[in-house]
Amino acid sequence: MISKDYLIFDPLGMHARPATALIKLARQYKSAISLKKDEKLIQMRSMLNILSLGAKCGDTISVIIEGEDESDAVAALDYFFNEEMKNF
Amino acid sequence: MKGVGVSPGISIGKAFIIKKTEAVRSGIELENDQAKNTEIEKFDKAVLSAIKEVEAIKGNENLTLTKEDIEILETQVEFLNDPQIRNDVLFKINYEHKPANDALIEVILEAVKMFRNMNDEYLKARSADLQDAGNRILLNLNITGQPAYSKYGENTIIIAEDISPSDTIILDITKIKGFATQLGGRTSHAAIIAKAKGIPAVVACGKDLMDIENNDTIILDGSTGEIIIRPDLKTIEEYKIKQLKIAEELSLLKSLKDLPVQTTDGHKVKLLANISDDSDLEQVIENGGQGVGLFRTELLFLGRNSFPSEEEQFQFYRKVAIKSKNKPVTVRTLDIGGDKQLSYFGIPDENNPFLGYRAIRICLNQKDIFFTQLKAILRASVFGNLKIMFPMICNADEVRLAKDCLQEVKHELTSSGIEFNNNIETGIMIEIPSAALMADILAKEVDFFSIGTNDLCQYTLAVDRMNDKVSSLYNHFNPGLLRLIQNVIEQAHNQNKTVGMCGEMASDPLATLLLMGMGLDEFSMGTASIPGVKNIIIRNNFSRAREICKKVMGMDSSNSITDYLQEELK
Repeated sequence: MISKDYLIFDPLGMHARPATALIKLARQYKSAISLKKDEKLIQMRSMLNILSLGAKCGDTISVIIEGEDESDAVAALDYFFNEEMKNF
Repeated sequence: MKGVGVSPGISIGKAFIIKKTEAVRSGIELENDQAKNTEIEKFDKAVLSAIKEVEAIKGNENLTLTKEDIEILETQVEFLNDPQIRNDVLFKINYEHKPANDALIEVILEAVKMFRNMNDEYLKARSADLQDAGNRILLNLNITGQPAYSKYGENTIIIAEDISPSDTIILDITKIKGFATQLGGRTSHAAIIAKAKGIPAVVACGKDLMDIENNDTIILDGSTGEIIIRPDLKTIEEYKIKQLKIAEELSLLKSLKDLPVQTTDGHKVKLLANISDDSDLEQVIENGGQGVGLFRTELLFLGRNSFPSEEEQFQFYRKVAIKSKNKPVTVRTLDIGGDKQLSYFGIPDENNPFLGYRAIRICLNQKDIFFTQLKAILRASVFGNLKIMFPMICNADEVRLAKDCLQEVKHELTSSGIEFNNNIETGIMIEIPSAALMADILAKEVDFFSIGTNDLCQYTLAVDRMNDKVSSLYNHFNPGLLRLIQNVIEQAHNQNKTVGMCGEMASDPLATLLLMGMGLDEFSMGTASIPGVKNIIIRNNFSRAREICKKVMGMDSSNSITDYLQEELK
């Protein structure tokens, strides 16, 4: 299991467009991926849940990944949160 | 029937009704596991066909979809696919013994409620997308032979409860001559789309709208909000004539565009526009505006989660400066508080928000916000003809403090070698009675005034125009208000300073000659009002305007003033 913290860069926070992209990305991996903000833990595959976290610009969210391809997934998520998130 | 006209123009066409399946719960209780499994299967099938539908829209080459359209659709697919929604629905089927239809209605209702209660405008608005997704699954659960939306002819008037984001994507706009909706308001999705496409629209028509049947002939007046169902031939003829007249007037007014703004005896005034971002500028030029008298900067600050950075602001102002091609643009510094709140900048509840912590009062207290904005405006000032205007000034100290801040920012930019217009003109809004009364003192501090009549009127008359019980007292022809305005213009002119007006009064054709007679130099208004006001100015002479002003200032009530001005305008 890998757990990692990311800072939300997008000025609008985690809105529908990056959330859509994130779900698509999560589907590329076999690992179970969940998101955690404050004490709330949710499955990454649900749009409803991601938006309900209400993650704003400057917030930190944790990603928890567990499965056979977890290291690949982490690399992809690193790129997503650190690079792609800036361009939504 | 009458609703609220949100997009002007008259259209005559055939009704096409978009009915949403009423979200009715059946109340059936499932008796055994077999029934439950059937419901789960039904639900999954409905979701699959809903997704197929959306994918088909996405892949339809006949619809010219924008990038934003595709994104709306992709978000919708994610909602349709949402495992949390499925889990919740299955829970209700398995443990509360509810059929798929009832379970889904409840799950969507709860989720929509959750979004609506969020403290974030963006997420609140997502409740519409969620509802949209829910409705699509419901439609597929209860197949009722809904006609495909595209099956309507030319000259169609869409009749609907409300228009959802995904509706507007699949509707063939080229065939639509009008919209009428049962619900909605001036900022609803239907209103915005109609205005953007120049299609007449009436919203908030109420339940009676649903008495209309498919193919009924409908006349819709998007200015008055009137809707006539199955009109007789005579009425149709009448409206056709009206339609022609409107089209003629519009082209006449547009033809005025290139004429100079002056009276028959050569008195010149400036007609400027009020804008919110750079996309408004095309309309300004099309309507013959000579620049921007009020560039509200709030738009950049709204609908987000934190203050825009200096760089973001710089780009926003720079775009306007470049696009306005050296025509003057007066940038008003941040005017929040009162009725304009930012979710990320909490102002504690106030008993009197309009008399409270707002606009320049915030900027002078929280200088980091102010400095960032001033820096961005100054940096953009080399790309066009920008001026700076401070809102909500009530005494001379505030003007001096604001100017000190500007000076400090200028020093900072100079020492870091950043270019800006050092002679940028600075002015203030006159919207508080004390400022209007001491215009002689304030004029010494600035290059120009702009009278904000909306706030000045409400503060002078002590009338909250949003309060139905007293709003009838709100009248910009109140003799007291007129005296204040006259004083502001006179005092400014004594010191050779320019006076503009950017409140609603500037766009009121009844007030045009009166204000010109008072000596007002600049009229700033919504772009659509410019041609009408221009038409009055170029057909009259200045001495007549002076006379009208003299007469009005001798009258003792707003009623007699309005009656007189109406007579003079004929």
